[in-house]
Amino acid sequence: MIPAAFEYAAPKTIAEALALLRGKDGEGKILAGGQSLIPMMRFRLASPSLLIDIMRIPELRVFKEEAGYLRIGAAVTHAQVESSATIREGYPLLFSAVGIIADPVVRNRGTICGSLVHADPAGDWGAALLAARAEAVVVGPEGERRIPLDEFLADAFTTVLKPDELLSEVRVPTPGPRSGGNYQKIERKVGDFATAGVGVQIMLNAQGTVEQAGIGLCAAGPISRRAAAAERMLTGKMLDDATIAAAEAAAQADPTADTRGPADYKKDMFRVLTARALRAVRAAVEASGGRT
Amino acid sequence: MSYHIQITVNGTVNELDVEPRLPLVYLLRETLGLTGTHIGCDTTSCGACTVLVDGTPVKSCTMFAVQADGCSIETVEALAHGGELHPLQKSFWEEHALQCGYCTPGMLMTTKALLARNPKPSEAEIRRAISGNICRCTGYQNIVKAVQRAAAELSQPAAAAVAD
Repeated sequence: MIPAAFEYAAPKTIAEALALLRGKDGEGKILAGGQSLIPMMRFRLASPSLLIDIMRIPELRVFKEEAGYLRIGAAVTHAQVESSATIREGYPLLFSAVGIIADPVVRNRGTICGSLVHADPAGDWGAALLAARAEAVVVGPEGERRIPLDEFLADAFTTVLKPDELLSEVRVPTPGPRSGGNYQKIERKVGDFATAGVGVQIMLNAQGTVEQAGIGLCAAGPISRRAAAAERMLTGKMLDDATIAAAEAAAQADPTADTRGPADYKKDMFRVLTARALRAVRAAVEASGGRT
Repeated sequence: MSYHIQITVNGTVNELDVEPRLPLVYLLRETLGLTGTHIGCDTTSCGACTVLVDGTPVKSCTMFAVQADGCSIETVEALAHGGELHPLQKSFWEEHALQCGYCTPGMLMTTKALLARNPKPSEAEIRRAISGNICRCTGYQNIVKAVQRAAAELSQPAAAAVAD
C-alpha cells in the first residue's frame, strides 16, 4: 500500500507554508504528525498533490501559558502534552484525555491540532476541547482569525478551514479557581476510536454553585459537539447528586450503530459517562478544598 | 520526483534520493536491507514496525522517509554488539517472551525507549508502554516479565555498559 505520488515541502515559516498552500490552489495538504493523514493516503482515501510538512516551523512549536490561555501550536504532539507538568497540574480535563488517545507510539507523532483538523466524529480532542471552550487560531492570506471550536468543527471530517488557511494553534482558557475537568471514554481496545466520549469542565463560584459548565461529546453524531442542554441544567446549581442526575439525563446524543455498538447502548453510555465525569470533577474540587 | 535526504541509521550516515511517498519502513527494509524491522498491519495499528527516531518510538509505516531527513534512526539490528545480545534480547529469550517473533523487533524498540526514560518501571507502566504494540501469541505475560528482568539487569552497574 503505497500512496499516490506527491510533492513534498518542509517550509521553515508559516508565511512560506501559506504561500505553498496558495500556489497549489486547494490541492496541497498540511502534514503534521501524519497519524491520520498518512494511513488515509496509503488507503488512497486522500491523494494530495503536495504535502506541506509543518513540523519544522519553529513558530508552530509554541506550547505555553500566556494571558489566561494555554497555547498549543500545530506542531505540538500528544506525547508533549501528556508529559507536561503544566498539563498534569493545571489542566485535568486535557490530562485525563491525552493518555487515552490512540496508543503511546502514535501519541509520539500525532498532534492536537492535526486531530482537530481531521475532525473525526469520534476524535477525543473535539469533545475535550469543546468542553474546555477552546478556540482555534487560523492563519491565511488575510491574516489571523480566531474561531470558537463549536464553529470550527463543521461536519464529519470537515472544518471551516479554507483551502489556503492552516490551523496554527488552539487556545485553551486556563481554568480558574474552584475549577475541575475530566474526560471519560469507552473504547473496545487501546488505540480504538471512542465508542462514546465525554469531556467535562466545571467552574464553581465562591458559594459552591456552578458558574460555568462545559460538556463536550464525541462519537455522538456526525461531529463532536457540546451538550448544551446539560450545560444549562448545571449552571447555577450545586453539584449534588440531584443536579448530576438531571445533567446526565440531559446529555443527549445522536450516535449511529456500528461495530462499536448499537445506538441505544451508546446513547445510554453518554448518560453514564457524563455522570462519571461530573462525579470525578466534584471529587477533585472537594479534595482540593475548592482550590483546584 | 525524488528528494535528497541525509539519514543516520544505527550510527551510519546515509545520503539518499527518495520519492516522498516511500514509507520509512520500506526504506529501512528494501533500500538499506535492514529486514529486522517487520511490516505487520502497515496501517498504524500493530506496532511491529516500531523504530526509534531520535530516541522516540515511532511506527515506521506511518512516517515517510523524507520526513526523517536529518534524523537518527535506531532499529533492532543496533541492539546486539559483537554477537552479544542486548539485555532486553537476552531477557526475551530467557522469559520466553516470544513465540512467532513477529512483534518482537517493535516490542524491543518500544521497551528500550521505556527503560531509557524510566529504568525501573512498574508492571502497569510496562503494560501501558507496550499498549501500542500488539502480540497475538504470548498474552503479554512473558513480555512483561522479560522487561522487568532486563530492567533489573540493566540497573546492575556491570550491565549498563553493554546497554547504551
